[in-house]
Amino acid sequence: MDTLLQQLINGITLGAVYALVALGYTMVYGIIGLINFAHGEVVMIGTMVAFTVIVSLAGSAMAPLMILGIGVAVSVVVCMVLGWALERVAYRPLRHAPRLTPLITAIGMSIVLQNVAMIIWGRNYITFPPMIGKHIYEFGGASFTNVQIAIVTLAALMMLGLIYLVHRTRIGMAMRATAQNQHVAALMGVDIDRVIAMAFIIGSALGAVAGCMVGSYYEIAHYQMGFMLGLKAFTAAVLGGIGNLAGAMAGGLLLGVIEALGAGYIGDLTGDFLGSHYQDIFAFIVLIIVLMFRPSGLFGERTGDRA
Amino acid sequence: MLEVNGLRVSYGGIQAVRGISFHVNEGEMVALIGANGAGKSSTLRALARLLDPAGGSVRYRGKELLPLPPHALVAEGIALVPEGRGVFPRMTSLENLRMGAYARSDKAAIEQDLEQVLGHFPRLKERGQQLAGTLSGGEQQMLAIGRALMSRPRLMLLDEPSMGLAPIMVQKIFEVIRTVASDGMTILLVEQNAKLALEVSQRGYVMESGEITVTNESTHLLADPKVRAAYLGE
Repeated sequence: MDTLLQQLINGITLGAVYALVALGYTMVYGIIGLINFAHGEVVMIGTMVAFTVIVSLAGSAMAPLMILGIGVAVSVVVCMVLGWALERVAYRPLRHAPRLTPLITAIGMSIVLQNVAMIIWGRNYITFPPMIGKHIYEFGGASFTNVQIAIVTLAALMMLGLIYLVHRTRIGMAMRATAQNQHVAALMGVDIDRVIAMAFIIGSALGAVAGCMVGSYYEIAHYQMGFMLGLKAFTAAVLGGIGNLAGAMAGGLLLGVIEALGAGYIGDLTGDFLGSHYQDIFAFIVLIIVLMFRPSGLFGERTGDRA
Repeated sequence: MLEVNGLRVSYGGIQAVRGISFHVNEGEMVALIGANGAGKSSTLRALARLLDPAGGSVRYRGKELLPLPPHALVAEGIALVPEGRGVFPRMTSLENLRMGAYARSDKAAIEQDLEQVLGHFPRLKERGQQLAGTLSGGEQQMLAIGRALMSRPRLMLLDEPSMGLAPIMVQKIFEVIRTVASDGMTILLVEQNAKLALEVSQRGYVMESGEITVTNESTHLLADPKVRAAYLGE
């Protein structure tokens, strides 16, 4: 029982992070039908930038929480610019190219960003300095920390903010219209280039925050961390129905929980043949099952068509 | 109001529109008729910049339109009702109508126009919260016309408004088009149903294989034996 509760708590924390990253994939896919495989690297850069800011401010007289806040803010701004630049430099010139071309470019950009990060931050694991004094709470035989509470709360707030933005603001209306019919949206006066850029910018901002969460949670960062994180978030987006915002949120949470439960019980299931470090296989088992039996995802209302 | 000169449209080397010229005067409804594939829709799509023309000039109220990006046209007062309606399927009817006013910022007037459009189409009022993708073809056509009206256009381009609709619905749609025109709207109507188009318009152009072959007042075109034989099925 306590394993179940514990892994649910861990899974929801992880899932909140996956959901934020998955939103970046799904927003871009919903609007231009591109799977931006470099998005995981944007998240990684977000972690790294926050790390650098926090380390360089750590000796100052500022309160740790203040330092963390500045780190997150700088990371968000850097990632927004990075997301904008990616679209501008790598994807916009290929807007009318065959679909495989931007996809391969995305993989290329992901490799480029990894290497740039390796040059800047080195090839070793770096320790992400904990800025929140950790408190551990006990609950029904399981424990959770204030960092986990912060992650889940912040993620929930950001998702609510995104829902508000998409459904209640002018730019949100423009984004939905563009996702549904790009040509007609332009006829209504929507500047399509601007909307596409916004999708990248907002997705990258969410990714940057997710990156800071991962750093604070695991207290470790690495230039290749974006690869696995991106792949799992992409899986979460597919699980929820790629292109669908609510789907990305639900898919992220679900994947986090599946993975945590899998990690918690894999030893029992295999008679201790496989340990919890095999937790990564669950995400991909989920991906394969979804692609086999429900390629449009849990919330996917559309199959085949591309906005 | 609209003056098109030598407009050409090509699809990968095939010329769909071969340097046509025509004009639409303020307050006038002009019909562009012709067989399937004659280049009518290509002409309209080029005017609305859904595709880039290969050449020619489009002057609108004395201003050259072709250098403008597509999203700038609505601010000039041009609205297209696209072929196949082009409603936003996963937005409600009301959201679709509001998208029509996307380029406007005069909030009070937008609400007023919304009331007026819903007055034209009581059906849309009933279906206000319904997703546009679940509306019938006729309702979607009403929505597309209503949405275009929401931008307060000076010039409306209508692309095949009767396409795929039941005859009773076609009558309804054309009643609305007539009403809008009688309020002083300038309209360029592309229509395969030549009889209907010529009945509501003042002047007409007949397109054949990418060229304009006949032009006259609509009543004359309706009486022209050649037009009658070729397009009115007589």
